[in-house]
Amino acid sequence: MKTLFAKIWDAHEVLRRDDGTSLLWVDRHLVHEGSHHAFRKLAGRGMTVARPDLTFGVADHYAPTRGAPATSAIAGMMQTLADNTARHGITHFGMGDPRQGIVHVIGPELGLTLPGLVVNCGDSHTSTHGAFGALAFGIGATEVSHVLATQTIWQIRPPVMRLTIDGVLGGGVTAKDVALSWIARLGTDGARGHAIEYAGQTVRAMSMEARMTLCNLSIEGGARCGMVAPDDTTFDWLHGRPYAPANAEWRTAVAHWRTLPSDPGAVFDLDVTLNAAEIAPLVTWGTTPDQALPITGTVPQTANADALEYMGLTAGAPLQGLPVDIVFIGSCTNGRIEDLRAAAAVLSGHRAAIPGMVSPGSASVKRQAEAEGLHHIFLNAGLEWVDAGCSMCVGMNGDTVAPGQRCASTTNRNFKGRQGQGARTHLMSPAMVAAAAITGKLTDVRALLQGRAA
Amino acid sequence: MTPFTTHTGPAAALPHDNVDTDQLIPARFMSAPSSAGYGQFLLHDHPDRPRIMGAEILIAGRNFGSGSSREAAVYALVDAGIRAVIAPSFGDIFAANAVNNALLPATVSAADAAALMAHTGPVTVDLTAQTINGTTAFTIPETWRQKLLNGWDDIDLTLSHTAKIKAFSTTYHGTNPWSLPNPKGDTPCA
Repeated sequence: MKTLFAKIWDAHEVLRRDDGTSLLWVDRHLVHEGSHHAFRKLAGRGMTVARPDLTFGVADHYAPTRGAPATSAIAGMMQTLADNTARHGITHFGMGDPRQGIVHVIGPELGLTLPGLVVNCGDSHTSTHGAFGALAFGIGATEVSHVLATQTIWQIRPPVMRLTIDGVLGGGVTAKDVALSWIARLGTDGARGHAIEYAGQTVRAMSMEARMTLCNLSIEGGARCGMVAPDDTTFDWLHGRPYAPANAEWRTAVAHWRTLPSDPGAVFDLDVTLNAAEIAPLVTWGTTPDQALPITGTVPQTANADALEYMGLTAGAPLQGLPVDIVFIGSCTNGRIEDLRAAAAVLSGHRAAIPGMVSPGSASVKRQAEAEGLHHIFLNAGLEWVDAGCSMCVGMNGDTVAPGQRCASTTNRNFKGRQGQGARTHLMSPAMVAAAAITGKLTDVRALLQGRAA
Repeated sequence: MTPFTTHTGPAAALPHDNVDTDQLIPARFMSAPSSAGYGQFLLHDHPDRPRIMGAEILIAGRNFGSGSSREAAVYALVDAGIRAVIAPSFGDIFAANAVNNALLPATVSAADAAALMAHTGPVTVDLTAQTINGTTAFTIPETWRQKLLNGWDDIDLTLSHTAKIKAFSTTYHGTNPWSLPNPKGDTPCA
């Protein structure tokens, strides 16, 4: 009786040392501009990439969203990735490639991410790919160089936590709210060192996009990775994707994938349950993702003084009605087509009271959104409709929030300075960001959704 | 990698929980080549930066190094002369990155971290005995402890298993041919 996690781990264990550390085979290794340290380490040893056929590069962290790169340093980062991938014979989705986008959006979209695989990338939000029933975790630059050199990685086997969410989510309540809800409850290190398996009726009912949002935020609660058992929703989503298996191989794969879910009676090291019906749309008020509350709440009396000062808030202040300066919709957390649809459904027919930017998670998401006319809704609202990349989630490409400005954002981190020096970030779902755009204030989207199809 | 056995040096307290890697090195500095020396960017926007400069041992709050996997955070600490960080807990990826750069992440109880923050004078971290100042015990996964003590390099270690890896991948791909990327990936998706 094994867990989903154990089945994948065991199938990838090349060897285990006496001290319990395992060497795992890596099925997919995704690299981006930030991987330059790792390529330099490899060059320093005069080594080549062991499996360029299992390695894929994409420009995302520094990708310009409005034409040319903002600085020569940014252009240099993109060029270095193009050079490194070319030198080692790695397929690269660079700027202008119709497959370019945020690594955690394009991996699944291209069918590179599959159930049962071990996926690594030098980015903490690699946990996203676990939505497909993959074992996917972020690694640092030295580990990236190790995977490049050997296609394997040393890991200490983590304990497994099952997070069961049952019940039906209310209108205007999304996977983002589920994630912020458990992180607020357990804390930023509540799942530290654990692999999380998300289970329960609420998760089973979620789309792949919602599952990706849920798994994406695993790291914000300290988890090593997050995963969802693959099912028909997973298979339907993946079928026909460019790199996914086809024909007879597809059928073999699906038959195997159906054996992956945790066996009944499998034992978890930790069990946590959430009731979906009790979850409201959440917003963060502070500088860590666990400082999140229902939009109807007030800043806690016990709030950390440092966080309050940085955020320009006072204890006891209501969250609803707090003026916002700018909105951002995008990122590996909430930059997929369903996220854009959810935001557009709220924004349709409205003007935004404040400026903002919508950056689709990939060039493919952008094409799809434009085919559906969503870009007209954003543009008519007065928001900028820009190209795909990590953009204002991390600010590396120059898309930043000005010091002291308050941003309603669909991203993953409200850390000090994350969206720019002195920027004040409030994390929330795409629908909630759209509501904030319309009113210029933190707003309960449920009021705006009344009478509208959400 | 340079082995780490014991280190005695000036210590500084960073008495905050959740000092994430975005704070350790803000993103805007990460396009600089690491040859530029990342120590100049360490905690660049943090009010405590002047206080910790010159320290070789850092005593911090819970969940140190959470967030982004950027190894540049470790490069900044090491370049600024930090040899060990003592905290009640660490971000997982940060701790692994630290060990890969001979920076010791030593886990202590919250009470011990508070006591060490109040301590004045140099601090000794002994990885062989797993103690701080001879009395306070700290924890670290044994595999990381050995790696630091011996200055082991993972790639060298793994290359000694090349035959085993080759045999594994042959068997694994024979059993799971679907796990390889389908060659038709050249077609841009709709």
